[in-house]
Amino acid sequence: MESTLDIFVKAIFSENMIFAYFLGMCSYLAVSKTVKTAVGLGAAVIFVLVVTVPVNYLLENYLLKAGALEWMGAEYANIDLSFLSFIMFIAVVASIVQLVEMLVEKFAPALYGALGIFLPLIAVNCSILGGALFMQDRQYSTLFDATAFSLGSGIGWFIAIVAIAAIREKIRYSNVPPALRGLGITFIITGLMGMAFMSFMGIKYGKDKKEDKAATGMIDKAAPAVKTAKAITIKNEIND
Amino acid sequence: MSEVAEKIKEPLFSKKNRKLITDPLTDNNPVTVQVLGICSALAITVQVMQGVVMGASVIFVLVAGNLIISLLRNLIPSKIRIIVQLVIVASLVIIVNEVLKAFMPDVSEKLSVFVGLIITNCIIMGRFEAFAMANKPWPSILDGIGNGVGYAGLLILVAVFRELFGSGSLMGYPIFGSPIPTADSPLGTGLYSMGYMNNNMMILPPMALIIVGIIIWIQRSRNKDLIETH
Repeated sequence: MESTLDIFVKAIFSENMIFAYFLGMCSYLAVSKTVKTAVGLGAAVIFVLVVTVPVNYLLENYLLKAGALEWMGAEYANIDLSFLSFIMFIAVVASIVQLVEMLVEKFAPALYGALGIFLPLIAVNCSILGGALFMQDRQYSTLFDATAFSLGSGIGWFIAIVAIAAIREKIRYSNVPPALRGLGITFIITGLMGMAFMSFMGIKYGKDKKEDKAATGMIDKAAPAVKTAKAITIKNEIND
Repeated sequence: MSEVAEKIKEPLFSKKNRKLITDPLTDNNPVTVQVLGICSALAITVQVMQGVVMGASVIFVLVAGNLIISLLRNLIPSKIRIIVQLVIVASLVIIVNEVLKAFMPDVSEKLSVFVGLIITNCIIMGRFEAFAMANKPWPSILDGIGNGVGYAGLLILVAVFRELFGSGSLMGYPIFGSPIPTADSPLGTGLYSMGYMNNNMMILPPMALIIVGIIIWIQRSRNKDLIETH
């Protein structure tokens, strides 16, 4: 059983939306030319993920999952609507994005000025639907865990796009081979960043029972080796 | 009247229509030139089989979706067109997902969430917006086939590199022999007996990006028109 903090940190680093799953690459490549716009889109993604994933979590657990309709009465207990999940999730995402856009425009004009043009783009950003589908796939046990996952994924996406935008701003001054300019070099840099992010896979998360067993197993295997080494040194001493 | 005359003049595979199919295969490839649909293109290219299945699914969704959108193009109010498009794609993807689950459960398991992500694959929305909303059904079908095949072709190309060098096989058949040790050769058979080893880096996600980057590099150095200024 993972703790909420584990889920959060994992979503940012070792299961980063961009570097591990390539979700939201289209807008990642299109909007990463300057840091300012990248920050705007990154913030909008965090915001929309944190709003939509919990809503989809409730939808999944109280409407779509096999047996989720039990709260309506015993006769509904064996209904499985999970085949509808794609259409429900995307409808939720599209309508929430529309709703958020209208609310932000009405109540926070300054924020709308910053996020405005990015919000409609986000309805078709893979990372938003991806967040909902991963939530369904991994079956988080509480709403709180699902929210932590969505916040972590959003922050991971934000870090990725701001980092690549900063690199792309600087690379303009370098002498890149002409055929590689623009898209090509961005792909290769993202690949290298992905390799760097893979080093976060070494983070040890919480109390994973399987891992603990594996670790003790390794110690058990190592022990005889130590014994033989000792035996050899003792032998050598005797020989001396 | 003029429309009818035009229809008679234009054969089913006129030069313009043929261009709709051939262009996306090379100089207007959806992945390397239009930068669409990269999200799913990279994640599932570890094995050729997954690439083939994913490519076929996208071709089906794109052709059927383009046809439906093109037939409805005069009925869809432009304000809510994104939601209408999403609903059409989502229904098509549900069909694909159920078919995969029923007939290819192993592949469906491996593709996991990426079948669902065809919905937000930018290729599909991009072609709906750029082409099907403004063109007649027949050219829209051709455009769907062209872009779908261009996408699938790139997917399979990347997958061939990754599976060949990462796992030493193609479509699951071993190419370089077997790395499993036998009685007479401790290193395995075929190339492996000479000390060859699989490149595990190829299986990891970052290599997909680098391979696509190199493909773009080769394509752009052959066709100078595609070079960007920055």
